[in-house]
Amino acid sequence: MSTVLTWGITGAQVLLGLALACSTLRILWGPRAQDRVLGFDSLYLNAMLLVLTFGIQSGSTLYFEAALMMALLGFVTTVALAKFLLRGEVIE
Amino acid sequence: MNAAAEISVLSATLTVTLLICGAAITLIGSLGLLRLRSFYERVHAPTLGTTLGTTCIALASMIYFSALGARPVMHELLIIVFVTVTTPISLMVLVRAAVFRNESENQGTIRRGEKNEHG
Repeated sequence: MSTVLTWGITGAQVLLGLALACSTLRILWGPRAQDRVLGFDSLYLNAMLLVLTFGIQSGSTLYFEAALMMALLGFVTTVALAKFLLRGEVIE
Repeated sequence: MNAAAEISVLSATLTVTLLICGAAITLIGSLGLLRLRSFYERVHAPTLGTTLGTTCIALASMIYFSALGARPVMHELLIIVFVTVTTPISLMVLVRAAVFRNESENQGTIRRGEKNEHG
């Protein structure tokens, strides 16, 4: 059963890595600034999911806190960048 | 992977199934982000990963650590609730910014046909 778990976790990490590559390509190609912000938000969330799978792989619960902080920071970053696109400055 | 042999077959199967499902759904969402044509179509695609993908992978983590520690572990509910609540907020703010930018440049590209007129 251990081999199934090992290969399943590795497969999930490969799929999430491909998702990270897709988001990175959208950031690089994005025709306008809002496309890049959307790709950045998606990149943050995919990396958060990848950290969760690292936590399952290593069996330590420390990764959970890193993933929670990444979820928080991703939300704050996206809202701040969208506010910047909307108004030209973040804190008025 | 030192402790993986200790958990039962049912927990391992559930964990692997949920992990693969969540990762595949997230990959589909990111492919949609890469492949769809206009911004207003693209903004829908990553929500697959943020809702279903996050729920599946966090559930897999909950099941794995509950089976490993022989006690219920509920930490990951925090991630599920937080991501599910904040994604619509951030995407609505982002779409409002995009609408404002398009309208201030007199493009008004809400519909795809209108965008094709402008080339």
